Amino acid sequence: MSVGVFNARGVWAIYRFEMHRFARTLWTGLAVPVITTALYFVVFGAAVGPRMGGISGVDYGSFIVPGLMMLSLLNESINNAAFGIHLPRFMGTIYEPLSAPLSPLETVLGYVGAAATKSVTVALTILVTANLFVDVRVAHPVLMLAYLLLVAGTFSLFGFVLGIWAKGFEQLQVVPMLVVTPLTFLGGTFYSLDMLPGIWRTVALLNPVAYLVSGFRWTFFGTGDVAFGASLAATGLFLALCLAAVWWIFRTGYRLKA
Amino acid sequence: MEPIITVNGLEKAYASGHKALKGIDLEISRGEIFALLGPNGAGKTTLISIICGLVTATRGSVRVGGHDTVRDYKRARSLIGLVPQELHTDAFEPVRATVEFSRGLFGKRPDSGLVDGLLRDLSLWDKRDAKVRELSGGMKRRLMIAKALAHEPEVLFLDEPTAGVDVALRRDMWALVRRLRERGVTIILTTHYIEEAEEMADRVGVINKGELVLVEEKDALMRKLGKKELRLTLAEPLPGVPPGLADWKLELSADGRELRYGFDAKAERTGVPSLLARMRDLGVAFTDLETRQTSLEDIFVDLVGGKAA
Repeated sequence: MSVGVFNARGVWAIYRFEMHRFARTLWTGLAVPVITTALYFVVFGAAVGPRMGGISGVDYGSFIVPGLMMLSLLNESINNAAFGIHLPRFMGTIYEPLSAPLSPLETVLGYVGAAATKSVTVALTILVTANLFVDVRVAHPVLMLAYLLLVAGTFSLFGFVLGIWAKGFEQLQVVPMLVVTPLTFLGGTFYSLDMLPGIWRTVALLNPVAYLVSGFRWTFFGTGDVAFGASLAATGLFLALCLAAVWWIFRTGYRLKA
Repeated sequence: MEPIITVNGLEKAYASGHKALKGIDLEISRGEIFALLGPNGAGKTTLISIICGLVTATRGSVRVGGHDTVRDYKRARSLIGLVPQELHTDAFEPVRATVEFSRGLFGKRPDSGLVDGLLRDLSLWDKRDAKVRELSGGMKRRLMIAKALAHEPEVLFLDEPTAGVDVALRRDMWALVRRLRERGVTIILTTHYIEEAEEMADRVGVINKGELVLVEEKDALMRKLGKKELRLTLAEPLPGVPPGLADWKLELSADGRELRYGFDAKAERTGVPSLLARMRDLGVAFTDLETRQTSLEDIFVDLVGGKAA
């Protein structure tokens, strides 16, 4: 039977449905990150940058590119995945995937895969846009792409959990706005943690997003605030936490099944 | 032949402590139309939701086509199409795309001929490219049926299919159900309209407060319904049933003004003409008479109302 082992067509149906949803808002979906990035470059690259000098031998304009990509990647991954699963819950159409012959893994692959695809697209669009303003070299392109996918998948998974947890659209917005964006800004998007005074540097190292930004920056410039291994470990740990949360959700039917 | 659905000792207690189902046992035969009748909150939707995998049972088991709905949920669910009671539809997707989406979810390869056929059958062909939110309420309901049928299920659940639906659409819906049955699809519908059960079902189950209080062939039920009652309003109140009328086992109302006679309307001899002749002979005069038929509704009210009171 076609659905017995792996319901690939079911995963594809969800993935395609979600990609169509993104396609309907393609222009705003891509124009917003492009314009935002352009603004950041005007402010930080053109106005502030020349007075900053380079950081770790990297021109300031180039230095902020990985951080900007990471900022959008996290927000897009979380928002798209959270909205993707929350909307059917809100509309009531969730009954369909729930009563279909889909395993939890297949359901999550469809929703999270689509959200990650979109956030990676946005991040790469930012990279292309950034190249219009500054010359960005990528030291480890394959690792850069792999890390991009890993973080996109991890945070889409986190968004999926958020979309199930949220009781309304307000709660859906709260976590990205009040937690993720501040952590990203404080996580070294626009500066190196070395620039912080003593105690704050230690505090900053408690911020999980700092490890993501640092790791991603390492794939560009070969240097980071923490070792690349530490970044990978932090990402892996968060991925494991999200997987555990999703496993628990489907096991207990939390907010999905009475 | 093995029943297409077997429900064994099914119980559901919600987190609130409310017991929605209290031990349901039920078998549905392949190809039949089964009507589940009951007042609001009786447990109809809970029962359907458990069979379809939307609600987790507290106790008991369900098998669909021989597959356990928990252990072998993929095979069980592949056989089922569900049309929920509430109008849950997408908003911005084109009509045709949502039907194709439903088919894909069930792992079936795309089949544009089948989807076209469904859209025509359900009078949605002209709207195939319209966005779902542009549809009227009746069209959305038909779309939900198209989605449920998109993966060619062997069992179709219709939860209150005609609630809030106009008469014309209700007739269409009944015609569709009959066509599906001819193709061998098993149909389970819930309703609180007796008329609907009478019109369509092969068997009727009455559920109340989480218990199945009756499951019977509709025809057998209808034979019971063949019973009629003759009511005679008397010109003068009587102190008791006159001995000369004892053969008819009459009932006299408390005020002595009405005589009631229960008879089988389909019997060769109903006893009505002879009763009236005898009454004339005895000089028992009446001013009015009526006969009424016990309906499924009466039985239903007896079963449900009696227990509820």
